Amino acid sequence: MYTTMVKSRLLDQRVWQLNRQGRAALVASSQGHEALQVASVYALRKGEDLFYTYYRDLAVMVALGVTPREIILGYMAKSGEPMSGSRQFPTQGAIPDLGLVNLSNVVATQLPQAVGAALACVQQQSDAVVAVYFGDGASSTGDCHEAMNFASVHKLPVLFICENNGYAISVPLEKQMAVKNVSVRAVSYNMPGFTIDGTNVSEVFKVVSAAAKRARKGEGPTLIEGIVERYLPHTGDDDDKRYRSEDELAKAKEKDPVQILKQRLKREDILTDAIDLEIHDLVKASIDDATEYGESAPYPDPEGFYDHVYS
Amino acid sequence: MQEINLIEAVRQAMYEEMDRDQSVFILGEDIGVRGGVFLATDGFLEVFGAKRVIDTPISESAIAGVALGAAMRGMRPIAEIEFADFIWPVFNQILGEAARLRYGTEGKLQAPLVLRAPYGGGIRGGLYHSQSPEAYFAHTPGLKVVAPATPFDAKGLLKTAIRDDDPVIFLEHKKTYRLVKGNIPEEEYTVPIGKADVKLQGTDITLITYGLMLHHCVEAARSLKKGNVDVEVIDLRTLRPIDQDTVIGSVMKTGKALIVHEDTLALGIGAEISAILAENVFDSLDAPIRRLAGPEVPAMPFSPTLESQFMITTSDIIEALKELSEY
Repeated sequence: MYTTMVKSRLLDQRVWQLNRQGRAALVASSQGHEALQVASVYALRKGEDLFYTYYRDLAVMVALGVTPREIILGYMAKSGEPMSGSRQFPTQGAIPDLGLVNLSNVVATQLPQAVGAALACVQQQSDAVVAVYFGDGASSTGDCHEAMNFASVHKLPVLFICENNGYAISVPLEKQMAVKNVSVRAVSYNMPGFTIDGTNVSEVFKVVSAAAKRARKGEGPTLIEGIVERYLPHTGDDDDKRYRSEDELAKAKEKDPVQILKQRLKREDILTDAIDLEIHDLVKASIDDATEYGESAPYPDPEGFYDHVYS
Repeated sequence: MQEINLIEAVRQAMYEEMDRDQSVFILGEDIGVRGGVFLATDGFLEVFGAKRVIDTPISESAIAGVALGAAMRGMRPIAEIEFADFIWPVFNQILGEAARLRYGTEGKLQAPLVLRAPYGGGIRGGLYHSQSPEAYFAHTPGLKVVAPATPFDAKGLLKTAIRDDDPVIFLEHKKTYRLVKGNIPEEEYTVPIGKADVKLQGTDITLITYGLMLHHCVEAARSLKKGNVDVEVIDLRTLRPIDQDTVIGSVMKTGKALIVHEDTLALGIGAEISAILAENVFDSLDAPIRRLAGPEVPAMPFSPTLESQFMITTSDIIEALKELSEY
C-alpha cells in the first residue's frame, strides 16, 4: 500500500512538473488524497468490483494497476492511452477489465451511473459492489441526491466515497453546505454514514471493508466521507493563492498521508530508510521510463477521428 | 393480422423483448403497479417481477443515469419519462454522457438503452404536457431519435431500438396512442432505424413529416388528389439519422417540398431537411422549400381556442400544398 501511495505521489508530482514545462496540457492533482483512494481500492476486489471515479483519482488508478507508462501517455495526450485513446482529458475514459469508469468532467454525473451499474450487478446475480468517488463539491448537486436516494430505496451495493478536501475549486465548505459534514446526509437516505480520517489507511480500509461486506449481503449502500487535504490548486490552470493562505496550506501539509504512513511503518519497524530509498528509486525509475516512453509515443492518428460514434 | 392501437403496439414490443431477452428491463415513474400512466406496461410487474419492472422515485436524471450505468454493464434498459415535458433533467445524462460514452472510451463501453417518452399536444395538455422535444436530441451525434406514427412502425421500431447497441430516444405522440389504429402481423417483425417510409407515391409535391402530423398530411394529400395534384408523402420515422436518400430522391422527382411538423419552426427538424434539400437538389427545385411548423411561442397553451391556434390542421396543410402546386 505504501509503495502504491509513493508511486501515485511521485507520478502526480511528475505530471505537475510536465504541466509547468508545457509538456502536459492539463493536470488535476490527487496529492493529499492518496490514503483514502489507495486503501479503499485495497479493501475491495480488483477485477471484480467496480470503480466509478472522477478527475482527482489518480491514486485509484495506480492502485488498480494502471501503469505509469499508461498514465503519462494520457497526460501527454498520446496514442495508446488505455482509457480513451487520449480523446479525453488525462485519467478519463474506461478500462472495463479493471472495472474502472471515469467518463465525465461534469461533476456528480458518475453517481447515478454507479447506481445503475450496481443495479445491473444485482440483476445479473453478481456479488460485485460499486465504489463511486466524488468530491465535497459534487455533494451539492441534484444528481448526488437522486443517486443516493435511488440506491437506498433499492438497497443497491454502492459505496459512496466522498473525498472531502474542503474546497470546490475556490468555494470553501461553509459556502457549499450548511452542515459540517457530508456524512450527516446519510440519515435522510436511511443509510449508514461515516466521517473518517481520509489520511489514515487503516481507518479507511476498515470502514470500506465493512461497507463492502454489508453491500454484498444486500443490505444496501453506505456513505463514507474521508477528510483529506488538497495540496495543489484545483488544476494546473487554477491559482489557489487567490483563496488559500500559505499558513493554511502549511498546516494541511502536516496531514500528508504518505508521510503519516511512512512514519508509522518506521515506528512499527516495517520500513527502514534503506528500504524507503529503494522504493523511491524503483518508482522514480519507472516514472522516468514512462516519461521517456510518453515523449517518444506518437499523437493519435486523426484517421480514427470518426470512429466509435455509433456501433 | 390483428388491429391494434399505438399504445398496444408499444406494449407488445416491450413485452416480447423482455420475454425474449433477460437483459431487457424497464424503469420509470408509475410503471409498476399502475402499469404506466398510459398503461404501456400494464401487467408487466406480475409477469416479469420487481427486479425488471422498476418503479422509480421522481428523479428523471437518476432514471437516465441509472439506465446508462446499467447499460454500461451489459443490460438493455428501457427508461420511461412519464411525459416528454419532464425530460429536461435527462439532458445531462443523455446528451452529455450516454451520447459520448462510446466515443469517450474509444469504443470500450456502449450504452444500449432506450429512453421512451410520450410527447406532443392537441390533447389539452397545456404548457407542460404538450411539448415536442425531438430537435434537442436530434442535434446530438451519438444518439438515435425515433418518432413513429403508426402501430406497425411503433412496434417494429421499438424492437429494433431495444436491440440497438446505441442510445435511442423513442418518442411516442400521445394523441396517436388510442386514436391511431392499424394492422400488424401476428409473427415477429422489426422495422429498421434510419429508413423513412413513403406513405403515398406522388409526382407533383413531396410532403415530408413524422408523428401525429403524418395522419393530417395523408388526409391532405388525398384531398389534393381529387384536384389532380399528386402528392408524395414521406414519413421520416427516424429523426437521427435522417434518411437523406429517400428525401432527396423524392424531391428530385417532384421538384417541390413541403415539410410539416408540430414542433416549433426555428432550428427544428424542418430546418435540417430544408438544408439537406438546398444542398443536394437545388437544381431540381421548382419552388422555394416550404415549412409548416408550430408557432414561435414557448409552449402550447391550455384553453381550447389557444391550443387550436398552435396545432396545425389538415386544412392548413391543404392550403400550403395548393400554394405550392400553383407556384
